[in-house]
Amino acid sequence: MFWPDIRGVGFDPFSEMRRLQREVNRLFEGYGEAGDAWPSMNVWSNRNEVVVSAEVPGVDPNDLRVTVQNDVFTLEGERKPEDPGEGVVNHRAEREFGRFARSVRLPYEVDNAKAVAKYRNGILTVTLPRSELSKPRQIAVASE
Amino acid sequence: MSARKEETAVETTKDRGTAVELTRDQPVFAPATDIYERDDSMLVVCDMPGVDEKHLDITLEEGVLTILGYADATTPSEHELIYRGYTPGVFRRAFTLGAEADPEKIRAKISNGVLRLEIGKTEKARPRKIPVVSE
Repeated sequence: MFWPDIRGVGFDPFSEMRRLQREVNRLFEGYGEAGDAWPSMNVWSNRNEVVVSAEVPGVDPNDLRVTVQNDVFTLEGERKPEDPGEGVVNHRAEREFGRFARSVRLPYEVDNAKAVAKYRNGILTVTLPRSELSKPRQIAVASE
Repeated sequence: MSARKEETAVETTKDRGTAVELTRDQPVFAPATDIYERDDSMLVVCDMPGVDEKHLDITLEEGVLTILGYADATTPSEHELIYRGYTPGVFRRAFTLGAEADPEKIRAKISNGVLRLEIGKTEKARPRKIPVVSE
């Protein structure tokens, strides 16, 4: 069960290594930047559905676009910059703005008509039920 | 000019390491922060995804403004995690307020996982226009 799952989300050994490196650096720094590429995503699955969550704080849900083609999940959107107004001095600018797009490969094909997306406190959660066609089918064995 | 202003205005403790440790077994992150300064106030904007107003503590003690937010760590039940890009944890960051910040005029608002702190300046610290009269 373990290997097919990992391969299913576009397993890249180097990206895993970089992530590990960041995690280790973070341990020694004490503080670190939360997450990986923007937006950070988590993917869960079981036999019947996949749940993808993404950290997209400050993004208007109307500026988010979720698409699923076969087994590839794509999240696109735009984080609009703050409008500080006239005569404002910017002392610190760590937050990133602009357009983003990120895709992950899901462990199986999903039924995008039944997908549900929710946005709460800056976190987008998309539940994607498995498509009937991709579900494993048990073949009855008849004895003769 | 802006470098000098920063010294007097708001200083962050992101680079000082974990001076204070939390007893919860959760990772601690410094939220990405923007700081803007207007004539009459400072605006501190922090990204805190997964935090709502009920799980956010903001305290001011001896001129140090500390924000502490607990991200919602509920995970889908009966699912197996197959890719992890982020870990829900605790957002913590402290800011030293300069003499020009008015402790009575601090307003905090959180929406869509973004915290906005508006810190008013004291009357004294605001720039004043001197009227010129002709005789």
